[in-house]
Amino acid sequence: MLWPDIVGFITHVLSRHRFRTIVLWVAIAIGVVAVNLLTALGEGAKSYVLKEFNVLGRNTLIVLPGKKETTGGMPPITGESPRPLTLKDATSVSRLSGVNAVAPIVVGNLEASYAGKIREVLTVGSSRDFFIIRQLNVAQGQMLPVLDLDKSEAVCVIGNKLRKELFKNEPALGQWIRLADSRFRVIGVLKKGGTSFGFDMDDVIIIPVANAQSLFNVDGLFRLFTEVRIYQELDSVKRAIAELLKERHEGEEDVTVISQDAMLSSVQEILDTLTIAVAGIASISMLVAGILIMNMMMITVSQRVKEIGLLKALGATSSTVRVLFLCEAGLIATMASVSGLLLSYLIILFANMYFSEIQFHSPWWAQCGSILLAILFALVFSWLPAQRASTLSPVEALQGKQQKEIV
Amino acid sequence: MIELSHLDKRFQIGDQTVHALDDVSLRIEQGEYIAVMGPSGSGKSTLMNILGLLDRANSGDYVLDGINVSKLNEAERTRVRSEKIGFVFQSYHLVPRLTARENIELPMMLSGVPAKKRKQKVDDVLNKLELMDRAHHSPNQLSGGQRQRVAIGRAIVMKPSILLADEPTGNLDSKSGEGVTKLLESLNAEGITLMVVTHDPTLGDRAQRQLNMLDGRIV
Repeated sequence: MLWPDIVGFITHVLSRHRFRTIVLWVAIAIGVVAVNLLTALGEGAKSYVLKEFNVLGRNTLIVLPGKKETTGGMPPITGESPRPLTLKDATSVSRLSGVNAVAPIVVGNLEASYAGKIREVLTVGSSRDFFIIRQLNVAQGQMLPVLDLDKSEAVCVIGNKLRKELFKNEPALGQWIRLADSRFRVIGVLKKGGTSFGFDMDDVIIIPVANAQSLFNVDGLFRLFTEVRIYQELDSVKRAIAELLKERHEGEEDVTVISQDAMLSSVQEILDTLTIAVAGIASISMLVAGILIMNMMMITVSQRVKEIGLLKALGATSSTVRVLFLCEAGLIATMASVSGLLLSYLIILFANMYFSEIQFHSPWWAQCGSILLAILFALVFSWLPAQRASTLSPVEALQGKQQKEIV
Repeated sequence: MIELSHLDKRFQIGDQTVHALDDVSLRIEQGEYIAVMGPSGSGKSTLMNILGLLDRANSGDYVLDGINVSKLNEAERTRVRSEKIGFVFQSYHLVPRLTARENIELPMMLSGVPAKKRKQKVDDVLNKLELMDRAHHSPNQLSGGQRQRVAIGRAIVMKPSILLADEPTGNLDSKSGEGVTKLLESLNAEGITLMVVTHDPTLGDRAQRQLNMLDGRIV
C-alpha cells in the first residue's frame, strides 16, 4: 500500500470515529501541554532567581568569615567565628591589585524612630563601595560619603518605604533619625529598587560601617563584598584574597571566598534538577494517554474485525494491517501533540502578558521531547493492538469471530 | 486452472475432530462455471476458503495456474490472492465509510497501484456494472442488488482468473438475485472461472458442472 493511500485511509477512519479521535486527541494534547507548561514554569522561576542573584554582577567576590572545613558545615552566616573578619582585613584587601571596590558589611535589626514614630528596620553598615557593587542609586540627596573604613560619621541613606513610613510627605533630607541610642542625619533616599538577594532595599537604613560596629558592639564583619576590575582576573584575585587573609590570620585559612558564578551555578544546578523533575512528573500524563491509546485501539480492533478480515481477503498483508493501525495512532499523536504545543505557546504568551516579573518559556528540549515522547508512546502502546489485528485469520475475522480473547 | 489433490482439512472443536475436507481431489479448467452444493457442515465453505487462499489445508496439494500455492508463505499467498482471486460474499462486506467507487478501488489500493492508474480501471468497472451514477454513494444509500454489484466490481477490478461467490444471492429478492446471477454469468462468458456456493438448487442447476458435497467429500 502506498503512503498517500495509507494516510488517506486513516484520515477517513479518524473522521468517521469522531468521538474516539477527539478523546485521544485531547488526552495526548493535555500531556504535551503539561510538559511544556510545567517546564516553562520551572525555567521562568530559574531565570527569575538568577536575575535576583545577578544584582551583584559577575565581577563580585564574597568573603565570608569561617571555613567550611573548619566548622564542618555551612560557612556561618552570623559573622561569628573564632577569628573575625575585620575592617583592617577589608582595607588590606582593597589594596590588592585588581580589586576595584571593597564593601564591608555589618547587618542587624535596630529600632529607628523619628518624631515619636518607632519602627524596627534592617540596618546595613557599609561604605560608599556598597552602592557601587550593588548598583544602588539615590533618588534624593547623596550616597554615603567616602570615608576611611574605621571612621564614624552620623549620616544615613534610607530606603523609599522607610522614608514614607517615617516622614510621610515631609522632606526627609537633613532630618535626624534616632537609631538605637545614636542619631543619624538623612543624607540620601534610595531609588525604589524592590527586593533583591534577600534584602528589601526599600526598607533599609544604610550607615557607615564603623558606626554599625559600635551600635551592634561587634568587631567582626558579616561579610565582605569585593568587586574585581576585570572578570578575567576573578580567579587570581580570589586566590590572592585567600592568601592575604590567611597570612593576616596567622596562617589559618578561616575565611571562605566565593564568586558570583560559583553561587549561580549551584543555584542553577538545583533549579535545573527541579525543572527536569517537573518535566518527568508531567510525562506521567503522557503515559496515561498512552494507556488510553492502547485501550482505544484494542476496542477499535475488536470493532473492526470484519473489516480487517475483508482487507486481508482483498490482498492486505499482515504487515499492511499492522502499519495501518500503527499509523493511525502515530498520525493522531502527531497532530494532537503539535496542537498541544501550539496551545502551550498561547498559554505561555498570555502568562507572560499578565506576569511581567517572571518570563516563562518552555525550553527546546521540552518542546521536542514532549512531541517525540507522545509519538513514541502512541506507537509503543498501539503495537499490541496492531499486532493483534495483523494476526487475525481472514476466514474467522470475516465471520466476525476473534481467534483469541486477550482482553 | 485449478488442481487439488488429496486435500485434507480437520478442525478441532472441543475434544472432537471434524473432518471438513476428506481426501478431496478436483480439477477445474479455466473458464468453467461450477456450483458447489450441499447441506451446512458439508465442507463447501471450507473448500471455498482453501480455494481462495484464505485458509490452508492440513495436507494435500493445491496448484493454481501452475503454482503450487500450498508451498507459499503468507505474504506470497496474499499476493497470489489479490492477483488471481476475486471474492463475492453473501453479506457483501463493503466498507461502510467508503463510497461505491472507493470500495471498488480498495483491492488496487491495498496492492499498491498508484492513484492515477486506478482511476481508469475503476471507471471501466463502474461503466460495465452500470453503477456510474452511484459511484459517490455510500453502501447504506444503495439497494441490496446495487451493493452486491459494487462487491462484484471490487472482486473483478484486479482482473482475477477465478471468481468465488459464496451465496451471492442469499440476501437478495428474486429480481435482484436474477440480475446479480446474470452479471456473474456474463463475466464467466468473458472467460473468468466462476465458482458459486449455494443452497439454492435453481441457481445451482444453471452451472455447467455441479459438485455435491457431503461430510467433506465430493459425491
